[in-house]
Amino acid sequence: MPDARTLAGQPVMFRGGGFAPRPVGPLGPAVFIVVIGLWEMGSRIGWIAPLVLPAPSEAFAALAYLFETGQIWRHLEASVSRLVIGWSAGMALGVAIGFAIGLFSIARSGLVPVVAALFPIPKIALLPLFIVWFGIGEGSKIATILFGTLFPTVIATYGGVDNVDRSLIRMGQSFGLSWWSIVRKIVLPGALPAILSGTRISASIAIILLVAAEMIGAEYGIGAYVLLAGNLAATDQLIAGVAMLSVLGLTVSWLIGRAERYFLRWRS
Amino acid sequence: MDLHIVGLNHRYGDMPVLDGIDLRIESGRIVCLIGPSGCGKSTLLRLIGGLEQPTDGAIGQIGEPPDGCLNPLTYIFQDFALLPWRTARGNISLVLEDHDLSERETGRIVDDVLARTDLSDFGNAFPRQLSGGMKQRVAIARALAVNPAVLLMDEPLSALDGQTRALLMDDLIGLWTREPFTAVYVTHNLQEAVRLGHKIVVLSRRPGRIRDQVAINMPLEDRPDAVAELAQTQRYLWELLREEAQAADRELADA
Repeated sequence: MPDARTLAGQPVMFRGGGFAPRPVGPLGPAVFIVVIGLWEMGSRIGWIAPLVLPAPSEAFAALAYLFETGQIWRHLEASVSRLVIGWSAGMALGVAIGFAIGLFSIARSGLVPVVAALFPIPKIALLPLFIVWFGIGEGSKIATILFGTLFPTVIATYGGVDNVDRSLIRMGQSFGLSWWSIVRKIVLPGALPAILSGTRISASIAIILLVAAEMIGAEYGIGAYVLLAGNLAATDQLIAGVAMLSVLGLTVSWLIGRAERYFLRWRS
Repeated sequence: MDLHIVGLNHRYGDMPVLDGIDLRIESGRIVCLIGPSGCGKSTLLRLIGGLEQPTDGAIGQIGEPPDGCLNPLTYIFQDFALLPWRTARGNISLVLEDHDLSERETGRIVDDVLARTDLSDFGNAFPRQLSGGMKQRVAIARALAVNPAVLLMDEPLSALDGQTRALLMDDLIGLWTREPFTAVYVTHNLQEAVRLGHKIVVLSRRPGRIRDQVAINMPLEDRPDAVAELAQTQRYLWELLREEAQAADRELADA
């Protein structure tokens, strides 16, 4: 009789596992430090010509200068206020239209083709038209961001409304809930995950359009700063401006993440 | 309150699903609807509760619903239909919010139905934290909260495993013996039907017609000890269903 603990015959080979990537602690920041370090080293040694790509330290100095003179606040204030106004107006209008399409047959058959026709137009192509309509000032820039964020929001919202579990709506009806109660307490929370993931898309579209719109006829704003830097071949300032955009994008995405965690805390 | 169904026909487009249904649902009794899958028993339940309109025929309410009844015809669904973003309490208060009740009154009703379904400790749990059986208990509590005249149950135990099903079956019987309610109980499980039904209505395959109505006069609380007698009824029901189920099983979905 073989002992239960001594193995008779071949062991069964392990062939499961894998396909489950996990975050490895400090690897993300480490990649940043290594890339920027190599870049700085390349610039110092002379592998990278300063006109082609300035050293990170120079870009950092340009950024520090912006803080010193306080110019950064004027640029940020201009950009962020355009972003907030344009984006929130686009979101509000988009959610309203999305709900109309999701709830009413007339709105659906009337508006879906219009949305489909207007969505693929790069809104920046309409900027000259918006300048004619709303003036060279803030109006045209905000309109560009508004229209750019409107359509993805509409599509995300009515997709979300369509995907609300119909059995939950039937349940609401079977208990005699009013139409308005069903929309507020069942359809809206049910569509919220889709609306919030739509905000991620519309936020990045808003930042892209913000910069593009600020490159035409703006005195202040990150886009104007980057454009001016480019015209002067001041690549250090250009990189500083681009870094500011990256930080802006990260901040927005962090805020959306917080909102998702708050509003969707009922999910696992 | 009794329900009276007269000459009910229903069709989806050209396809007849229910044909000439006449049925009386008496107050304080449980009617079980059984039939092969696709025979229209769930459709009949939706028609009874007013979630669909019959092509032909009528469903009448005879008598008044009880005092304090907020929703005379109340469903319990197979898939529970709980809002995942509301806690157990929130799911129950949902169906009370549209009625003009004070916060105290709402709280009192919610506490009462949670206690009756043995859920008092789970009021603040979200559906995702609850097992299938607990979810269905919350749905039962929600249905009781509106003090219904007739409970319409659409295979309420079918999404649960066997043990949980037995537990919930005991709960339902307990609820009924303490305070008899009127119910229409759709199931494909004959054992459930003979355990719970005062009257068992057998539907044929599509288009659903009533093949037979079997009354079981034994009180619900005596039934666990009368297995042999019930087995006989169950065998009779199975004889009725067998051929129908076989034929229904061999039908093509789109034919």
